[in-house]
Amino acid sequence: MEARLRTVLPDQELLRLYEQMFVSREFEERCAEQYTKGHITGFLHLYSGQEAVAVGATAGLHRDDYILSAYREHAQAIVRGADPRRVMAELFGKATGICKGKGGSMHLFDPSINFMGGYAIVGGQFPISVGLAFAARYRGEDRIAACFFGDGAVNQGTFHESLNWAQLWQLPVLFICENNFYGIGTEVHRSSALASIHKRTCGYDMPSEKVDGMDVIAVYRAVKYAAEKVRETSRPYFIEATTYRFRGHSMADPAKYRSAAENEMWKARDPLPNYAKRLIEEDVATREALGAIEARCRTSVDEAVKFAEESPWPEDSAVWEDIYV
Amino acid sequence: MSEMTYRDAVNLALKEEMRRDASVFVLGEDVALYEGSFKVTRGLLAEFGEERVKDTPISENTIIGVSIGAAMGGLRPVAELMTVNFALLAMDQIVNHMAKIRSMFGGQTFLPMTIRMPGGGGSQLGAQHSQSLETYFMHCPGMYVLYPATPADAKGLLKSAIRNNNPVIFLEHELLYNSKGEVPEDPEYSIPIGKADVKRPGEDVTIVAYARMSILALEAAEELAKDGISCEVLDLRSLAPLDEAAILASVRKTGRAVVIEECWRTCGLGAEITSRIYENCFDILKAPVKRISGLDVPMPYSRKIEKICIPQPVNIRQAVMDVMSGEY
Repeated sequence: MEARLRTVLPDQELLRLYEQMFVSREFEERCAEQYTKGHITGFLHLYSGQEAVAVGATAGLHRDDYILSAYREHAQAIVRGADPRRVMAELFGKATGICKGKGGSMHLFDPSINFMGGYAIVGGQFPISVGLAFAARYRGEDRIAACFFGDGAVNQGTFHESLNWAQLWQLPVLFICENNFYGIGTEVHRSSALASIHKRTCGYDMPSEKVDGMDVIAVYRAVKYAAEKVRETSRPYFIEATTYRFRGHSMADPAKYRSAAENEMWKARDPLPNYAKRLIEEDVATREALGAIEARCRTSVDEAVKFAEESPWPEDSAVWEDIYV
Repeated sequence: MSEMTYRDAVNLALKEEMRRDASVFVLGEDVALYEGSFKVTRGLLAEFGEERVKDTPISENTIIGVSIGAAMGGLRPVAELMTVNFALLAMDQIVNHMAKIRSMFGGQTFLPMTIRMPGGGGSQLGAQHSQSLETYFMHCPGMYVLYPATPADAKGLLKSAIRNNNPVIFLEHELLYNSKGEVPEDPEYSIPIGKADVKRPGEDVTIVAYARMSILALEAAEELAKDGISCEVLDLRSLAPLDEAAILASVRKTGRAVVIEECWRTCGLGAEITSRIYENCFDILKAPVKRISGLDVPMPYSRKIEKICIPQPVNIRQAVMDVMSGEY
């Protein structure tokens, strides 16, 4: 039985989750549009469909907690508080981008909000998350490291090395696997001997659980519980959130390896309309109130695109900057 | 000044920097209880305790990744990779992450971390434990590469590396650990990164070398002096950044150059240095530049043939005489 929304969070917070999911979706869909126009180039991996994971998880963390992710990370950065204008400018390759146009879609970073990076080598963020958690403990800071990754990353050596290490050193790391069932075009059963990913942690004696990654409230509750557990015990914890990306792996991928029936099944579980329905059914908001939120999100993304379009390109001299201190 | 081994000089630099700065910590395979497989971390666990001297699993890639995270989180890690050969397991974190993070994140963070790696050949350890991989690291922008020849330089350079806010690869030559030399006792003594050192001034020919090759070059220069040939031995100390100005200044003075590298010849650092000499000093060269390199082979075990694969003083003497005679 699902918990009534108001027993979980106050109205304002419940609506904020909706707003964050909506702005994430809107941002990604506008990215796709700008990519087809040629304004965004290079690799572009969109998050549409997975919003409940980033939004629910971020709500379950403290602002001081570190967040690291892979290369499908626009939503994680924006939900954490990155300025959508500067994220869009980064995707456009402009000097005003969040990484001055040096990073691009896959390498967002904003230490002012403890968003410690998007990493584009699969599994690269595992040990870095462990190191940040060690630094936090060493310095006596009350924060944990939340490490997001996909189902494809769990067969990298760094996954096993880092799970072992985090448990061995008793470090506050929350591993959050966004299982969207595909590593590019390879379905999880074709890459993992044990496709039920949360069970992988038994080799490291690490507690884990599986959660419905299409339900923002379920993710929020699981992550909040897990994060507090990690904080209290200074031990790692593992969450597998099952989810689905509505688009291909990247803009270059038409996703022909997935059946129409499978797509339809997951589209019916789209976290946005389903959550909107609950908000209305439980009298947290009217359709009109949600419409006002949606309009605000669209305006915000419009402004982001405009900002990116009007921003200057980096100077040529920038190629030699910011490599060494 | 006091006389000590290269090993003890590295050890002293670690201790001094750990005493000076509580954010410095050491991690690596067998560095704590076992005190390092080359005993370089002797006494650290006893003095600094378990939170600052960390034994790690045999997970080289993660040793570097954890160091990156720790550096990003405000610490100053000094990682030991048991030998440079094992760095190949960590090249993802070294090259794809450590060397890129500051730049690709727009300068919003920095990684004040050092990776110590014993390396080099000549101990009959076979193909997988005898490599000289300095060129691999030099090739990649975004990090510094240091490789000292003497105990004094080892101490001074390691202190600079640990205090530096960039990632530093700090190579130590396994065959130099027991070599002795005078080392300044001043805990503030350090050697600047990026500065080569004229270990022996001379007039006729410049020998450009580094680490153990500098020691062999000095031996060769001593012998050659008896034959009336005056060699200038330039010890690079920093491989990245490379002190090109010092190399060119010395070659402009002598008009001749022999470049020695312990690593493989093909695309080795000797090729890079030789190229820079030709690009900048062609007009004043009195003879073609000569390279002495490790042979382009996987290192054999047998001591009779291992020796052939690593530059020896006799090779250096011959190269200098060839350059002096104009024969090539």
